[in-house]
Amino acid sequence: MAMRIVVDLNRCLGYAQCVPLAPKTLKLSGEEALEYDPNPDDAQRQQVLRAAASCPVQAIIVEQLAEKKK
Amino acid sequence: MSSPTNGNAFKKNGRIVIIGASLAGLRGAEALRNEGFSGHLTIIGDEPHEPYDRPPLSKQVQKGWVKADHTKLPRMRKVDAEWRLGVAATGLDRASGVVRLANGDEVAGDALLIATGVRARPWPNPEEAKLEGVYTLRTCEDAARLQAALAARPRRVLVIGAGFIGSEVASVCRELGLEVTVAERAAAPLAGALGNVIGAIAAEMQRDAGVDLRTGVGVTKLEGDAKRHVRHARLSDGTMLDVDVVLASLGSIRNVEWLEGAGLAAGFWGVACDAGCRAFDLHGLVTNHIFVAGDVARSPHVLFEYQFLSLEQWANAVLGAEIAAHNMVCAETERRPYLPLPENWSGQFSRNIKTIGVPSFGDELVFTQGSPKERRFAAAYGRRGRIIGAVTFDYGKWLQYYGAQIERSGPFPPPAAGFDVPADARVVPAEFPARGATTAAPDVVLTGHEPNERQAEFRPRTEPRQKRAA
Repeated sequence: MAMRIVVDLNRCLGYAQCVPLAPKTLKLSGEEALEYDPNPDDAQRQQVLRAAASCPVQAIIVEQLAEKKK
Repeated sequence: MSSPTNGNAFKKNGRIVIIGASLAGLRGAEALRNEGFSGHLTIIGDEPHEPYDRPPLSKQVQKGWVKADHTKLPRMRKVDAEWRLGVAATGLDRASGVVRLANGDEVAGDALLIATGVRARPWPNPEEAKLEGVYTLRTCEDAARLQAALAARPRRVLVIGAGFIGSEVASVCRELGLEVTVAERAAAPLAGALGNVIGAIAAEMQRDAGVDLRTGVGVTKLEGDAKRHVRHARLSDGTMLDVDVVLASLGSIRNVEWLEGAGLAAGFWGVACDAGCRAFDLHGLVTNHIFVAGDVARSPHVLFEYQFLSLEQWANAVLGAEIAAHNMVCAETERRPYLPLPENWSGQFSRNIKTIGVPSFGDELVFTQGSPKERRFAAAYGRRGRIIGAVTFDYGKWLQYYGAQIERSGPFPPPAAGFDVPADARVVPAEFPARGATTAAPDVVLTGHEPNERQAEFRPRTEPRQKRAA
């Protein structure tokens, strides 16, 4: 089971507060370009939630529900 | 039938059909429920997958870090929709609101949201396009195939077209240690979006990273071996290259064919709509119950001389769908205009390239902050003495500073920012290439002489008018 996130990279300004909090999910390429795993393993959940909360511009969008698909 | 003009009944019991199940379709569905729409909602998508995010497909996915089917979009709320995935819409009967599907089914709606997006423009020679090792990149299947080909360590990758997608993939190739040639017909990478002056910086970035960048050349032939796998490419300057993988990154084609005969203003330019996302019919009259959002939409924008703009951008899918959803269910007096300040980004060669406004609408450029030499800078684009766009390379924290000036129709050149201003802040031509000829344009003709007979007639072409070599 994976969780789902998407980072609004228009909003992201490369503060990179999130990177040390969830290094397996969020990485910097160079000094400003953020790359991330959109569907990280559930084991990463707490780290990802902390990383999302730490973003000064709140660019990390986390799934709001576990909806039954289809 | 509850008509959208009968507000409350429609909001409670109406039927809405969303055609397109990607970012715009999903966010549109969520926005409809947020707006209080409690009727029947159908979402039709030609791909078999639930909505997924595309930007990672040319970056993290090609690097091999993220699997191609691991970019599913997070849901913002329950949408209680009937999902019809893996079946394309093939037709629309405007009078009855019936959408025809590829499997013969029909779905009727009191209001429709068209969000069918775009597809990758294929390599124009169909026989060569079928060769093993020749790819385009738009869907998660495309991404999975290309990633597997890169992981197999080809001798050389050829990227045809140095727009954002092509440049991003070239960047990944170098990061993976693969030899890559980029062939671009314009004078520089990213020239169409950013002009040749910024393109020249992008070209240096590519060459410094070890890309074999060739500008001002096209690819005239792809040749396969006995097993029909691509092995050679011929360039317009006569050069032959040995290549095992070819990515045709030639831009996109809007998915409008299914609307043929529907009587809407739909063609190679997309689906024209008003600033409230309502589709125009063939005559340019606004429709009441058909809305458009995302890559396929084309609407007039007050900031850009009321010209019709189509924005193939992530935020346009999200924000356009939200406005369309609002206007689908609100009272007429509550309608909102969709007036985005366009924004986009691209990660390549360890640089973060961001734009705001519409740089390609401008004709002049000035470096306003930072250092072009260090590839860390902000530059503003101007047209007729006002600022209409800006680009940053690893300078994103200042982008909104320029955005605010664009929104205010501020002067160009803009006043000095007061921080990190380069010594040489001359205004120069931005050097955008001339617009290329469009392909497969349909004819729209006027018929009738009396006012009550006067009408437009849509004459689709069965064959593309001309095939544009890449």
